[in-house]
Amino acid sequence: MNFDELFGHFGQHTVDGLSKGAIYALIALGYTLVYGVLRLINFAHSEVFVVGTFAVLGAWTAFGLQDNPGAGQAILFLLIGLVAAAVASGGTALALERIAYKPLRKRNAPPLVFLITAIGLSLVLVEILGLLLPRLVGGVFPTLFGRERQIVGMPTLIEQKALITIGDTAITNVQAIVFVSALLMMAALDWFINRTRYGRGVRAVAQNPETAALMGVNQDRVIMLIFVLGGVMAGAAALLWSVRFGFTQSSLGFVLGLKAFTAAVLGGIGNLRGALLGGLFLGLVEVYAATLYTSAWEDVVAFVVLIVVLMFRPTGLLGESLGRARA
Amino acid sequence: MMDKVRATEARRRAALNGIADRWAALPPWQRLIGVAAFIAFLYYLPLLGIPGLTWLRTDSIDGGNSWAGVLFTCAIYVLVAIGLNVVVGLAGLLDLGYIGFFAIGAYSVALFGSTNSPVVKWMQRTFDLEPTWAVAWAICIPLAIALSLTSGVILGWPTLRLRGDYLAIVTLGFGEIIRIVARNLTGVTNGAAGISAIPGPEGAPSADNKIFGLQDLKPWYWLAITVVLLMVFAVRRLENSRVGRSWLAIREDEDAAAVMGVNGFKFKLWAFAIGAALGGLSGFLFASRNAFIDPSQFNATLSILFVAMVVVGGSGNMVGVAFGAVLLAYLPERFRFVSDYRWVAFGFAMVVVMVLRPQGLIPSRRRARELQDRAKEAKVSV
Repeated sequence: MNFDELFGHFGQHTVDGLSKGAIYALIALGYTLVYGVLRLINFAHSEVFVVGTFAVLGAWTAFGLQDNPGAGQAILFLLIGLVAAAVASGGTALALERIAYKPLRKRNAPPLVFLITAIGLSLVLVEILGLLLPRLVGGVFPTLFGRERQIVGMPTLIEQKALITIGDTAITNVQAIVFVSALLMMAALDWFINRTRYGRGVRAVAQNPETAALMGVNQDRVIMLIFVLGGVMAGAAALLWSVRFGFTQSSLGFVLGLKAFTAAVLGGIGNLRGALLGGLFLGLVEVYAATLYTSAWEDVVAFVVLIVVLMFRPTGLLGESLGRARA
Repeated sequence: MMDKVRATEARRRAALNGIADRWAALPPWQRLIGVAAFIAFLYYLPLLGIPGLTWLRTDSIDGGNSWAGVLFTCAIYVLVAIGLNVVVGLAGLLDLGYIGFFAIGAYSVALFGSTNSPVVKWMQRTFDLEPTWAVAWAICIPLAIALSLTSGVILGWPTLRLRGDYLAIVTLGFGEIIRIVARNLTGVTNGAAGISAIPGPEGAPSADNKIFGLQDLKPWYWLAITVVLLMVFAVRRLENSRVGRSWLAIREDEDAAAVMGVNGFKFKLWAFAIGAALGGLSGFLFASRNAFIDPSQFNATLSILFVAMVVVGGSGNMVGVAFGAVLLAYLPERFRFVSDYRWVAFGFAMVVVMVLRPQGLIPSRRRARELQDRAKEAKVSV
């Protein structure tokens, strides 16, 4: 138990934790949206995120990104990456819904069947990214897929520099960008769900699908919309991940998805603001735990926190419900 | 195109049911002979030399693995599938962390039975024992079962009150926790270096062992298949008991079951504990035969493979899950060229089976009817 280190550099660890948690929160939104409307854990959502990271890498390679470009170019590449990741992730999420979930829903399949299908889809996506694509096109695009199941590095878009220093605590420019953009994306989503006509449809279906249908809400379209929205958020998370960590791997999604789901449950699944809170909370817990013990134990601590929260507060910190987000 | 698929499907189902009906209609002594012949065939399998069937052997191809060794793996997977079937198929609880119990079973024989384990070394120092001393293999069996059963209860007690889909994620986390703990607690488990010299029925592995040696794997298979048959018998009895009926009732409708006086939590915990014990037993056998384990053998993908065996085979039906287990363990060994693509094939198979045939390849009839009923109740609007 290394309390000296934790309290000696408490501010620094908090900043690290928040910037880590922001990415969890963005991925968690995808779980929360789908769960809020369909009561379904989209297990394959983590792979939607991984597809996004590969799309970012692909777009950057295609447009010829070199290490450490100037500020103007960096912003351009951020936008290119965002568009590529959002299209790829949103498209993947939509394809999953059309191909797998919709036929099951028509048949009123029990929840377990949905979950197992999602696990199967997740396996297929991981293998396509990790095995099939490298074999098929790895020779043509070696920087994109490399060898099988290998970690693929990305060019550095923004060099890490301390932006603000308060006492011992240094906030790097990358951390600030990750945190602020994640907050912006979430604020935009929150506005969309709570203030727009489409958002009202989503909330109506979440509250009561039959009544919503009677009031003229097109359920099918709402369901497609939430999958796309969740996918776009995962795409944004993929971009931020690429900026912050600069690598990707086909098997990246498993642990990250589990963490993001934990974050969604922590905050109250189905609750958008809960996902933010849960993500930041989980990020902090992990960084503190890694400081107190070693980083080898952070995953264990994250799962133990999940189990404990579910035991004492099964509806999460803020309570679950997308329908009642703003009645 | 879909209609065509459905029509073929209906014909196939009718044919399958025909076989099952005919089997059920046979007089008991004929069924007994049939079962006895099948069991005899199972014991004969490692010697398989019937002309025309030898191509089944995995050593009939270049670089194929020992046939008895593959059979042993199949038997272990069948045992896993039977245990997981109690949890997933009968009680309807999705357990994605079954590998955790498998690992606990494996580590109990490794930690207490191997002279190389830090736990045994500590015991030797504390109690002044000889350096060759370790807990006997036969004592490790109840130990493995007890430890995995206890861990099942400890995990199930807080989590079984949760909704089904939360349970899936929590168990997935549990499986990961076990693996990470085994990797990190170097002082107890040797960490990533693993533990070697895990004993078998004749003690620590050595060239002097007469029956359970390193070269000839047939006795290992016969041991495993004996355990499998015993457990099939035990679980079959359980299925047709009050406990088994309660599980089915909970799976079909927990609220209705509660109204009828079935204590949902109690029976779910039973299912979880029994499933965990069977998982521990199979992990125990796996570790004894392998003689060496390390944490990387117990990763989450294997856990998902276990679920795939049960689901693709036909959850709820023991014949189905055993078939699924043999299929998923055997095919990559015999058809080496597909073994690279096996994960993508499993994933694809899971999706296709769930979308076209959610009851599995050889389903439990009750389960198939349940799913048909649900489909009829489906809302038209969505």
